[in-house]
Amino acid sequence: MRIGLFATCLGDTLFPEAVKSTAVLLARLGHDVVFPPGQTCCGQMHVNTGYQREPVPLVRNFAEQFGDTSIDAVVMPSASCAGSVRHQHEIVAERYGDAALRAGVATVKAKTYELSELLVDVLGVTRVGAYFPHRVTYHPTCHSLRMLRVGDKPLRLLRAVEEIDLVELPEADACCGFGGTFALKNSETSTAMLQDKMHHISGTKADVCTAGDSSCLMQIGGGLSRIRSGTRTLHLAQILGSTRTAPYALTEAAL
Amino acid sequence: MSTFLGMPTAPPRSPYGTGHLRGDRTFPEAAHDELRNEQLRRNLGRATRTIRTKRLDVTGELPDWEQLRDAGSAIKTDTMNRLPELLEQLERKVTERGGTVHWARDGVEANEIVTRLIRATGSSDVIKVKSMATQEIGLNEHLEAAGITPYETDLAELIVQLADDRPSHILVPAIHRNRDEIRQIFLDEIPGVDPDLDNVPARLAAAARAYLREKFMTTRVAVSGANFGIAETGTLTVVESEGNGRMCLTLPDTLITVMGIEKVLPRHQDLEVFLQLLPRSSTGERMNPYTSMWTGVTPGDGPQDFHLVLLDNGRTAALADAIGREALNCIRCSACLNVCPVYERAGGHAYGSTYPGPIGAVLTPQLAGMHAAKNDPNSSLPYASSLCGACFDACPVKIDIPSMLVELRHQHTEQSGTTAEKLAMKAAAAVMSRPTLFTAAQKAASLGRAVGGRDGTVPRLPAPFGGWSDSRDLAAPPKQSFRAWLSSAEGAETMRAAAEEGAGRTADTPEEDR
Repeated sequence: MRIGLFATCLGDTLFPEAVKSTAVLLARLGHDVVFPPGQTCCGQMHVNTGYQREPVPLVRNFAEQFGDTSIDAVVMPSASCAGSVRHQHEIVAERYGDAALRAGVATVKAKTYELSELLVDVLGVTRVGAYFPHRVTYHPTCHSLRMLRVGDKPLRLLRAVEEIDLVELPEADACCGFGGTFALKNSETSTAMLQDKMHHISGTKADVCTAGDSSCLMQIGGGLSRIRSGTRTLHLAQILGSTRTAPYALTEAAL
Repeated sequence: MSTFLGMPTAPPRSPYGTGHLRGDRTFPEAAHDELRNEQLRRNLGRATRTIRTKRLDVTGELPDWEQLRDAGSAIKTDTMNRLPELLEQLERKVTERGGTVHWARDGVEANEIVTRLIRATGSSDVIKVKSMATQEIGLNEHLEAAGITPYETDLAELIVQLADDRPSHILVPAIHRNRDEIRQIFLDEIPGVDPDLDNVPARLAAAARAYLREKFMTTRVAVSGANFGIAETGTLTVVESEGNGRMCLTLPDTLITVMGIEKVLPRHQDLEVFLQLLPRSSTGERMNPYTSMWTGVTPGDGPQDFHLVLLDNGRTAALADAIGREALNCIRCSACLNVCPVYERAGGHAYGSTYPGPIGAVLTPQLAGMHAAKNDPNSSLPYASSLCGACFDACPVKIDIPSMLVELRHQHTEQSGTTAEKLAMKAAAAVMSRPTLFTAAQKAASLGRAVGGRDGTVPRLPAPFGGWSDSRDLAAPPKQSFRAWLSSAEGAETMRAAAEEGAGRTADTPEEDR
């Protein structure tokens, strides 16, 4: 399958390891990974902060970069960006776009997936050949759980990882407090939410807290690093990308 | 010949400066103080967690819960789409059955109508059933100023009233108080209370009960709200748990009910849906203990003088707005409050409105506006959410609150003219819509590594990012962006090796194992 990889602006710039793992994993599974070089950002931050005119060029650019019919599916290591493409792009296009944009958005939306959806639903694989001999707890991000409804797909992928010690996270479905610009505009409430999330993570005594969104992991990892917790964060793609021949080397740093 | 009918004018919001639909500071400012209230945090955490579990138990046991939600949503949507005719039908039916209907365009009018009606009875006291509508319009304060004493008869509302406090939860108004505080409030405020009263809940309830019984037996006028008003029959409904409502609705000579116009339902049979949705979503009970229904006046039984005050107070304005119309579907169950991580931490007072929590963050700006004054505190409400979506899942009438919050944020930025934030968003979009500029910006970001400390984290960030670094580290930007890596020799070689492995895998592995 020819898969268009959307790195997301955050992943491309600040968390490239999660994107590398995604690219390598899909190639290792025998798929043709293409990276349209003109890609930038899905515009989620703009829309969620209340700006819908400003991201029109971003929505248009996304549709143009991935609209190519030779791309069978578009994948991104982020549920919230996939949610933006699937739920918000049409709102922006409907309100401030033209007929061409609306058509382009509809085409791309139909083939856009978050990583676990692509693996389990489209490629029909849960055993990806991963090896990760560490204690791991999984935080289901809000947009993966309640916007995309990925359900237990990420957990099915994790359960199939060799040598993994997967422990359940109490009150897993509670938000970590990130929420994009919410973490800045309401940083104290966001921090109160984060404290409870960290309390539950610490209780699992996991080496790693994983999730499908680098943004939420930036919040959780930032908090864990600040309190010098023994747990660090790692994107789901990096665990799935760790193999016996090229295992992920766990370091002390929380971030 | 042509007739100019004039431009339709926008229906008015709740008048600025009246009632309780606006706080005196923004959500983040109010939350700053509330978050430091340890008692509040503990009570809210415990109470919301308990009620969440109860709600999931009683909604999960119904095989048709999702269909009930769909039915509730459909009935309310239909109601809003023909609200005027249903309200007129309700008025006709209530009048036919001996009641009197009053129309109040806002809280000021409603307060005046209720005061006039109470004065006409000659009573200077009135007993009250817990009601969001009368809280919204500030009826108690208005009555007190007019020399009429209102007595709240719901236990939690009584606590709030005696303490000269404000409710912090739609359903559990005194959720922010503990039993020691309640004991002290009773000792200070209830005349003739046993000075040895301790903090045992049953004895606290008994003290309130003794006080309230006397009020029920001697007060001739009651004011209530309504959960539902049935257009087809003119029947009003109040659901409650303590029986105080039943007392207020049956014992006095005069009953005055203040009902928001969105509480109307078309048919009596619709109660079949809502009397399942409401208690299960609200208290997590299969059925609430007391459900009172009355239709006009029944000679020789119950109040012989019945008045229904239909309250607009911004509801027509909400009805004229696509998302406001959906917000009017709310049945005030408070399920969205109990699942909201922001409400759980900041508490109800931070919202500054009678309607807190996720639905309050939508409903309050719809009823009272969010640009009525410079830096209107209501304009901070749509941002008081991480958009986690728990409220949408819990809502018994499937109100898509997260999407509505995003929509309100858009309405806010459209109204706000040029702000520093808007300029920053424009600049960010300008960079991100040009790949070459974006790549250059990424390179600049990776230079930010220089500010990273020895542990690879960035120390204090400047405004508006300072709130971030108060509680969280930020990893220093990586040496290389993903795209830089991909186009490097190392990236190309890694991808080539992975593809080679993939080609081998495709060749030897059976389909189901892949």
